Amino acid sequence: MFRRERSIRLRGSAAALCNNLTVLQLPARNLTHFGMVHGPSAQLLSAGPEGVPLAQRQLQAKEGAGVSPPLITQVHWCVLPFRVLLVLTSHRGIQMYESDGSVMVFWHALDSGDASPVQAVFARGIAACGHFICVGTWSGRVLVFDIPAKGPNIVLSEELAGHHTPITDIGTEPAQGQDCIADMVTADDSGLLCVWRSGPKFKLLTSIPGFGVTCPSVQLWQGMVAAGYGNGQVRLYEAKTGTLHIQISAHARAICALDLAPEVGKLLSAAEDTFVHIWKLSRSLENGSIEVEHCHGECVPDTQVCGARFCDPSGNSFAVTGYDLAKILRFSNM
Amino acid sequence: MSLRTLPLLFLNLGGEMLYILDQRLRAQNIPGDKARKVLNDIVSTMFNRKFMEELFKPQELYSKKALRTVYDRLAHASIMRLNQASMDKLYDLMTMAFKYQVLLCPRPKDVLLITFNHLDAIKGFIQDSPTILHQVDEAFRQLVETYGNLSEGEFQLIRQTLLIFFQDLHIRVSIFLKDKVQNSNGRFVLPVSGPVPWGTEVPGFIRMFNSKGEEVKRVEFKHGGSYVTAPKEGSFEFYGDRVLKLGTNMYSVNRPVETHISGTSKNLVSRKQESISPNPLAKEELNFLARLMGGMEIKKSSGPEPGFRLNLFTTDEEEEQAALTRPEELSYEVINIQATQDQQRSKELARIMGEFEITDQPRRSTSKGDDLLAMMDEL
Repeated sequence: MFRRERSIRLRGSAAALCNNLTVLQLPARNLTHFGMVHGPSAQLLSAGPEGVPLAQRQLQAKEGAGVSPPLITQVHWCVLPFRVLLVLTSHRGIQMYESDGSVMVFWHALDSGDASPVQAVFARGIAACGHFICVGTWSGRVLVFDIPAKGPNIVLSEELAGHHTPITDIGTEPAQGQDCIADMVTADDSGLLCVWRSGPKFKLLTSIPGFGVTCPSVQLWQGMVAAGYGNGQVRLYEAKTGTLHIQISAHARAICALDLAPEVGKLLSAAEDTFVHIWKLSRSLENGSIEVEHCHGECVPDTQVCGARFCDPSGNSFAVTGYDLAKILRFSNM
Repeated sequence: MSLRTLPLLFLNLGGEMLYILDQRLRAQNIPGDKARKVLNDIVSTMFNRKFMEELFKPQELYSKKALRTVYDRLAHASIMRLNQASMDKLYDLMTMAFKYQVLLCPRPKDVLLITFNHLDAIKGFIQDSPTILHQVDEAFRQLVETYGNLSEGEFQLIRQTLLIFFQDLHIRVSIFLKDKVQNSNGRFVLPVSGPVPWGTEVPGFIRMFNSKGEEVKRVEFKHGGSYVTAPKEGSFEFYGDRVLKLGTNMYSVNRPVETHISGTSKNLVSRKQESISPNPLAKEELNFLARLMGGMEIKKSSGPEPGFRLNLFTTDEEEEQAALTRPEELSYEVINIQATQDQQRSKELARIMGEFEITDQPRRSTSKGDDLLAMMDEL
């Protein structure tokens, strides 16, 4: 059973964007960092165990031409082997900061290229994969940035083609082991999933076709792909082969966020139907097939949930943001 | 965000405006033919061909303040006049109604059905004028052409853009409060029962498949809501049953137009931030706005027909009181500062706005630029 903890007040409300919450756990300092997008700005704050906000910071997207200030599409902490960077995507480009948001170390302007005038140009979908940071774009291309152990010498090392509609989200294997052949999965607006193996050259292992609905959120855990769709379904696939194993009619509205607690294989799904569900993923001891069990369901009344994340690696606590809501709601296991 | 959002925003807000005006015209016992003329004038201005052309060009959304000037102009496209307090209230009601519809919209694509509901109702208002009816049908055709083949992802981006436009707006509307679809804090109630969107299954099942893709096991889980299957999909055709009720006329004689204006401390803070930081892009916005409104042709009211003033409040005293007590964070005053600082740039807008006259006010100034600024001061 989960209990509602004290919520954290924000300076501004959360925008109606999918995956609109990022959490960085700092157990050594007994702190948790939260980040979410308000619209033209992103808010970062750190909070102690009691949910008292200690420090707040606002980040803006770099300005450009246009009627209104550029909107931010996502903000996400990327935990790399030697450093943590905060990545912010917008309708202008990609901004990378030191983990506390104090210094911008890298800026990549989006190339609108051959976009038609009606095409919205943006970056969306951020994940760390080894010493790379991968960022999705409006065109379906995934940009791979090679991140040095320190300093601003970040280079665009590769552009991955595989998608033809805007990228929505990128999931990576949090606990990389020897046997994990597939360590990244990318999703797009058409529901297509691409499974990759990272390396100096990324390799497309398999692609899982869509079925007419968007896939706003995707996760990867021990060779299983968990995908959340616009029709409220969660589907679990074998990453290596792309075979569908489990289909859950999980929510009554579009799913807006999935998250994984890597130590225990718990999956969090959050949707516009005001519900958050927790599932337990596992593999059958007999034949290794994927299994799932429903653990918990939580209604966040009158809140169109737009972001949800676990706050610890064993899935004993999670945080939720909602559209128009100027607070982060926290829940923890009793 | 999506550059295809403005037509939907404009048409739906316009539809809500017409619902409210229609109800107030009846409540104020304006004679039938006069009331019809007012609605006809507004609808024909709203669906003016040149204006529609500008509207459907790919572009970013305007700020709430800038967009208000468009509706201010539109509301005054006839012999009817609204003073500032009534105009404020009209805009509040329109925006909150469409915000509710976008928020409750089952699938992102259904924002199109909401728009069709508005257009269907608008056609009812002007059914005796074949010329205007043709204009509305033309807009309908343009909607189908523009949005008919968009992907679900593009509609999602449109819906997100609309929701960002309406973010932090928490005005309490009495018709919503009475219907228990809005809470006293201004947030809307999100139901956890009723039909799921078309194409979505009622949640509660886990299906397992073997490697051949055959379903081998099905287990239930408790979702927490109590939903039913969607009866059928609404019609995206020219005529047809839209199924969805969002966007239809919710006002009637027994359900009058009322608002409670309330600023909670929370949105007060975010509003303040918005108005303190000068928007460096406001100039550019004025230029865009000028281009858009250049397409809006206002027939100068000629002839002897006397104008009249419509009141969105029950009494004049109430209206005056509302003007005095309107919370600061809900005022639309920022744009005039920008305009004053930038007289040259706003010339084009001034030229257009110059046509716009508030007849029952004796204010006359020497240049058209001053007219514009003075008029914006009133916003």
